[in-house]
Parts: sequence; C-alpha cells; structure tokens
Amino acid sequence: MGRTLAQKVWDDHVVRRAEGEPDLLYIDLHLTHEVTSPQAFDGLRAAGRPVRRKDLTIATEDHNVPTTDIDKPIVDPISRAQIDALRINTKEFGIENYELGNKEQGIVHIIAPQSGLTQPGMTIVCGDSHTSTHGAFGSIGMGIGTSEVEHVLATQTLPLKPFKTMAITVNGKLPAGVTSKDLILAIIAEIGTGGGQGYILEYRGEAIRALSMEGRMTMCNMSIEAGARAGMIAPDETTFEYVKGREHAPKGADWDSAVAYWKTLPTDDDAVFDREVIIDATKLSPFVTWGTNPGQGAPLSANVPSPDDFTDEVDKKATEKALEYMDLKAGMPIRDIKIDTVFIGSCTNGRIEDLRAAADILKGNKIADGMRMMVVPGSVRVRLEAMAEGLDKVFLEAGAEWREAGCSMCLGMNPDKLTPGERSASTSNRNFEGRQGPGGRTHLVSPAVAAATAIRGTLSSPADLVGSSN
Amino acid sequence: MDKFTVHTGTAAPLRESNVDTDQIIPAEYLKRITRHGFEDGLFNSWRKDANFVLNRPAYQGVSVLVAGPDFGTGSSREHAVWALMDYGFKVVISSRFADIFRGNSGKQGLLTAVVEQSAVEQLWKIIEEEPSTPVTVDLDAQVITAAGFTTKFEVDSYVRWRLMEGLDDIGLTLKHVDEITAFEAKRPSFKPTTI
Repeated sequence: MGRTLAQKVWDDHVVRRAEGEPDLLYIDLHLTHEVTSPQAFDGLRAAGRPVRRKDLTIATEDHNVPTTDIDKPIVDPISRAQIDALRINTKEFGIENYELGNKEQGIVHIIAPQSGLTQPGMTIVCGDSHTSTHGAFGSIGMGIGTSEVEHVLATQTLPLKPFKTMAITVNGKLPAGVTSKDLILAIIAEIGTGGGQGYILEYRGEAIRALSMEGRMTMCNMSIEAGARAGMIAPDETTFEYVKGREHAPKGADWDSAVAYWKTLPTDDDAVFDREVIIDATKLSPFVTWGTNPGQGAPLSANVPSPDDFTDEVDKKATEKALEYMDLKAGMPIRDIKIDTVFIGSCTNGRIEDLRAAADILKGNKIADGMRMMVVPGSVRVRLEAMAEGLDKVFLEAGAEWREAGCSMCLGMNPDKLTPGERSASTSNRNFEGRQGPGGRTHLVSPAVAAATAIRGTLSSPADLVGSSN
Repeated sequence: MDKFTVHTGTAAPLRESNVDTDQIIPAEYLKRITRHGFEDGLFNSWRKDANFVLNRPAYQGVSVLVAGPDFGTGSSREHAVWALMDYGFKVVISSRFADIFRGNSGKQGLLTAVVEQSAVEQLWKIIEEEPSTPVTVDLDAQVITAAGFTTKFEVDSYVRWRLMEGLDDIGLTLKHVDEITAFEAKRPSFKPTTI
C-alpha cells in the first residue's frame, strides 16, 4: 500500500523504532525565540548538557519586542530581561540569534522560509504552535512545549507517536476576491477546533495547487486552530521555484539531488488517509469569525448566529458565552459590526503578498474617521521589500501606522494591545478572549477584508467598496 | 519528576469547552524566565469574577480539575501546565485534550485523564452537589472513583509508564545516542544548516 506525504517524511526521520515506545524522530531544524526557551536553557545548564547541533538551531526575537522605537532600550523591564536571557543563552551555547535591529530579525515562521532554511521533506520544530506554517513546503512542522525544546537542544530528536492522517481536498477554483485566509477559516468552521486532534492534515486539490507559497503558508499556519499539530501541502514546481536561489537552498549538484528527492514525497495514488474532508472552493466567499474561538466563523454576508441555531448543548452554551463576550446580538448582519482597530500582520498574514493585497485596496483611500490601523511587517526583509515598492507610503497616506517587524498585536505580550472593549479586525490567527489584550474583542479576517474594513469602518469585503462614497 | 501512582483529592468543576491556553495563562505571564511561580496567572481573567469556581470557598485546596471538551487548545505554552501544577492541580479530566497540551502535561507529570463526556457530566454533578467529595485517580488501574461512581480513563501507555516510574525523557533518549550519531552520518548533504 502506498504512503501519504506525512508518512514518507516521518519514516525518513525515524532514528529508532521499538515496540511499545514512541518513535525517536530526528529534527532537521529547530527554531527558537525568547518566550519558550529560557527555562529550556536553564535545564541544560543544570544538567551540564551542551546543545547537540548548533548548526541546526536558530534564534530570533519576535514575540515580546516593541514595533516602534526599536533603537531605544525596551521599556518593559520584564520583556527586556527575557530578551537579555535569550542573548546570554544563545551566546553561551553558540547559537545564532537575529537580534532586534538585525536585518534578518522577524517572526520566526517568516524568517526561516524567506532565507531558504525551510525546504521540503524536513522535520521542523519550534516552541510555538504556529510552526505548522512550514508544512506549506511539504515538511512536518510542529509546535512543541518548553520541555521538548530542551529535549531537542540536547538530543536533536523527539520521542513521538505517529499521527493519523487527514486529507482536506479543496476542489475547484476559489472565486475572485476569496483568499487562502477565507478558505482556512471556512475549513476550521467546518471541522471544528478539535477536528484535527491526533492528525496531520494534508491540504490537496485544485484550489490548493493554485495557491502561491505565501497563500499555502497561511493555510498550514492555521492547522493548529483546527486542533492539528501539523498541516502539509505536497511540494511541486511552485515550491521548488520559491526555494531556488535563497541563501540556505541547496546549490549545484545538491540542488538536483534535493529536487529528485522532493519529487518522491507527494502522497501515492493508492495511499489511504484515516479521514477525508472535501470542500467545494467555488461555493466560498470572504469568511470572518464572530466568536471567541477560530471555529466560530461565518461568511461575511451571513448574520451573527443564535445559540438556538445549535442542537449540541456544548455548542449552544459556547455560542451564548461568545456573543456575550463579543457584545454581539444574534441575527444582526456581520457586515454591520463596527470596528475600532485594524491589524495587518502576524505569522499568518505578515508576508509581502499580504501587504500588497492590503495596499492595493487602500491605495487612494483614507481609513474611516476614528479608525486605528496598524500594519506590521512579519520581518525586517518584508519591511524593506514593502518600502522598496512604496507600500509604506500607501499605508501612511491612508492614515495607517507603519511599524517595525514583530508578532505585535497578535498576542498581547508586547506594547501593541487592544484596550478593554476595543474591537479589532485582525489578520492574525486567534480570537480567544483577551488574546490581543485583556477585554479586547477580535474578528479574524483576510488582509483584503482588513483593508476594506479600515476604509468603511464596519466588517467589509473589497466588493463592498464599489460605488461606496468612501 | 515525582512518581505518580494513585492520587486522591477534591475536584473543581470547570463547565467550559475549548478552554484555550490563553485562558489558562495569558501571554503577559509568559515574559518570565523561571519555571515556577505561575499560580497567580492561572485563569487570570476568569479569577477576577468572584463567582468563578476557583474563587468559591467550597473549592479551595482542590487538586483535580474536571473540564469540558477540547481543554488546552491554542498556543503551545508549557506555562499552562506549570500554572496548573503550581496552583496545586495533579490531574485534569476531560473528554478531549489538545495534542500539544497533552504532550506538555506528560513531560511535567500532570496527568490528563480522558473519559467520555457522560462521565464528565456525572463527575460535575457529584462535585457540585458535594464539593468535599474525594476523587481518586488510580493510574495503575486507569480508574477514577468518586462517591461510588467509577469510570475507566484513557492515557497513552508510554506516558503512563513514564509517569509511574517518574522518568526524565532526555535521559531516556540519551541512552540511544549512538543511534542518533549513526542517523546523522547518513543525512543527505543537501539538508540546510543555520551557520
């Protein structure tokens, strides 16, 4: 019987397999950052253990860094201490760290693909659940906890039980104006926040093949929001084209060997998935969340649901609670929801294509009165590329703020936060209670919807701008 | 890690589904660089409500948490496990746990016991009617008992063995260091390095 993409990559990394034990899996690349690593380095120090493979490990400063005044000392002493700890730890253990101000600095899941460190057929881990992003290249990318960070630093391996596999086949073409973000939000609403537990997802089908690498990264990034530790897309010419020529990409004869190997990775025709979900791309439209978990989403054209729309008691109660927290009335049109702040950025949608999509819509427009809009590039390189294209001017002229690279308002652990009761349209990945700041209310959206919303002041798609007085 | 065989303690009912790790401990607490002292951050925003279950006098000193489905979703922060353990929890019972949270718990010695949702409902009823009811979680027999009610629970067999023996994962892996070295010798030359 044939094997799936996930099974092939997994099997090629098994160091040891024994009855009754998890597989010992080799890790090709370990990404680290300031938040989930200090206790791991302390553990190594206490046990007198070195880092086994410094050359397969990289660090960056992203989660708690400010996105303004980065030439000045970090104001918050606790954040500063955590950044200092990373600098001390990486220096002591011999790991390269892209510090704030370095041209390679940025969100961990943006810097590895852009430098060519992320390639097909790899195992990639990081103490961050959005490591699933790297699955877009046909790699197994997995978020891990701090104990596992320490384990990988010490051994370059992880003991893991094989996952089940789930195919998510997206047939047909996405209609104009519908993006990969809308697609993944619709998939999460379909299978639920727990639907992917215990599985590695594989996104397949015509609509997936048509996506750019950046669109594929957005899809895989949010696999964890469906409960899956990893999501993958088979490597193809789009993937090879993206990787080729980047500084860490294979060169010369190595490139040919690598491509020959990568071409063996796609799922065999006779492979069997443990579960299959089929989505019709042609029926999709811009999709947003209304609740407090990423599965609580609906088409932008729909109305806010009522607890009575659900038969399951748990869903009923969760909806009731979400509407109360979000201060929304059941039955109101989602398009009527008024937004205070628009955030464009994060490892989900902080890449150059995302900024271009938003700038396209904002060009020649002004954001609504009283609206706050923040545009935060995912890395210094994305920032510089955007500036070379003049996108920063488009954002500034529209009335938005143009920031330095970092995780920013995605997670409320740096100065960029919502205030209690403030409502955002955000291109990030989580709409949990208080995620973007205590009491803040988050609607997850695509970059195009974010830009249109900034102009109109209520949740909107670019199509809503046609004929609008704005 | 301490060995875990049988634990008996009082339990708190958390009637919530999809308890994500941002609710268990908000990001603000993740700036700390220590591994202990996170109890003040546990369920930080919910604890501002005087009626929240952990604020009620009847549920002081609890060591077992009985939660709705999909407990521990979202961020990979192990701080969620540290906060629960620092507060005094030894066991979380739910019908479904998020994968990363369950993995992190196993590393630290917090038992995540998986039972049917009907058993969760039954346990909620028992500990809401009589909060002082002792709940016993027997890892060897994989059985939970409370006021005459008994239910089996699921736990990964390897994690169960490690918890019962109190073993450190890194030490176990380093016993196979020769196999790791042999694997490294065969890695293709096209694989990238960071330096």
